[in-house]
Amino acid sequence: MSPNARSNGTANAPAPAAKAAKPAAAAGAKPAAKPKLAIFGAASCGGCDIAIVNIHEHIVDVAAAFDIVLWPTVMDGKYADIEAMADDEITITLVSGSMRTDETVHLARLLRRKSQFMVSFGSCASEGCIPGLANLSSRKQIIDTAFTTSSTDNPDGIRPIWEYEVPEGVLHLPEFEPVLRTLDQVVDVDYTIPGCPPESKQIWAALEAVVKALNGTGPLPPKGSVLGAGESTVCDECPRKRDVKKIDRFVRIQQVASFDPEICLLEQGLPCNGPATRNGCGALCPAVAAPCIGCYGAAEGVVDYGARLMSAYASVIEATKPEEIDKVLDGIPDPVGQFYRFSLAGSLLRSGRPAWQNDAE
Amino acid sequence: MSAQAPVAPAPVEGAAPAATFEPVIIGFTCNWCSYRAADLAGTARTKYPPNVRLIRLMCSGRLDPTFVLKAFAEGADAVLVTGCHPGECHYIEQNYKALRRFQLLQRTIEALGIEPGRFQLVWASAAEGVRLANEIARVTEEVRALGPLNWPAGDIVDIDGVDLDAAWEATGGDAGEPPETPGGVNPDHAAAKLPAAEAAR
Repeated sequence: MSPNARSNGTANAPAPAAKAAKPAAAAGAKPAAKPKLAIFGAASCGGCDIAIVNIHEHIVDVAAAFDIVLWPTVMDGKYADIEAMADDEITITLVSGSMRTDETVHLARLLRRKSQFMVSFGSCASEGCIPGLANLSSRKQIIDTAFTTSSTDNPDGIRPIWEYEVPEGVLHLPEFEPVLRTLDQVVDVDYTIPGCPPESKQIWAALEAVVKALNGTGPLPPKGSVLGAGESTVCDECPRKRDVKKIDRFVRIQQVASFDPEICLLEQGLPCNGPATRNGCGALCPAVAAPCIGCYGAAEGVVDYGARLMSAYASVIEATKPEEIDKVLDGIPDPVGQFYRFSLAGSLLRSGRPAWQNDAE
Repeated sequence: MSAQAPVAPAPVEGAAPAATFEPVIIGFTCNWCSYRAADLAGTARTKYPPNVRLIRLMCSGRLDPTFVLKAFAEGADAVLVTGCHPGECHYIEQNYKALRRFQLLQRTIEALGIEPGRFQLVWASAAEGVRLANEIARVTEEVRALGPLNWPAGDIVDIDGVDLDAAWEATGGDAGEPPETPGGVNPDHAAAKLPAAEAAR
């Protein structure tokens, strides 16, 4: 609140505060001394919040280390309270979910202003995730799909009304933006924790690193770091054997009765996204014969996830004639879904054409 | 754009109708064949349209799909990939990799709404200067016919200040009627991209 709160808002400032927090928590007094934590879900499924709670008893450590000021999924909190805070008053904000409406964009900007560290938490915030696939369609197509397709029970053809007058005043629905954005396309982001959702043990590892840094017992990760994940690919962690590195067909998982338990799934023709995906999950999916779908996002140094994966697939296809190659590629009926399932909004092209083209013109 | 028209009678090439539209084409050549072909075309004074900006790679197999996507995202109207004829690669078989990447990437960008004609592959040996020049001319005319791409990847995210209400009304909004045509988001977006795209030309 006070003007000097802003000047205190530096990376070093929380350290003494965090030190003071330990005895304060034990005595159950002076909770204001703790660093503040906000957890906000934008356009997301809530899975990230569940993953956070899944750190089990460590959640008590989180509560001991931080004063949780906002976490709508778990506890009551008012946006007005956040607005009333001084700039940089919140130490860390975790944002899960992508930027779909002007409301989420507004709150992301508000939280950025009030926070010293902004963490892009999970795939939606970092690269758009499944909601980002809506970027293949225009707003009109999206709303139509939701309200007027044959599978929707909407006999009166009810459609969203963005502004509605009631005796008390005018009600507004948040504006549905034309293109879904990732958090870092809207605000400056300090750290990224990838995953859909992030593995709980990785969440704790990341939070612990930050807590240690605030206590002065560990280094603060450099800005822009990816926390709670590896620096290599899922293939690196995968127990399966890769020797042939040649494929002459792609199959869908339902077309094959069983897969060899020891050989690389991609070599067996199952499109597996391991070669482009960041490790850190423990290669849980390929270990049980489910192909990697890429939820941990792009591996270190990869600019465009789909481009890296297309490059990897094309390298191992065993065909040299255009028609033979086409036959193999027919095994991937939905290339955007395969290569950009989690990363379309964060990719170089960001969307499909219908999302931005004005057909009426 | 229309608001600025009376103020600035500045040169507006490219903003004009399709007849004078000059496409920006990024061309990737391989060091051993197609770049030499382009070189030969120059030595022989064979003309080809200046729309193509050639970038030399050691091999067409070096072409990372990222390069292509980046070109489209940053204002290219088309991307042309060239390399040694199949079976004649200096690195034995890497142009086959280029071919497979090309075919796979073509499927992906088509699904994203980029016409296949904007991404083409041409083989040219070091002796085929005239052939390469002709192919560049053909691709240029095909892309000219397609018109500007103006992919808004860098700009569409800057939607603040855009009147979303008006944009929504323009799409038929909440009239409650079933739609006839898809799309129709915001006329400002295509226009918003134009200045950057024009500057690139």
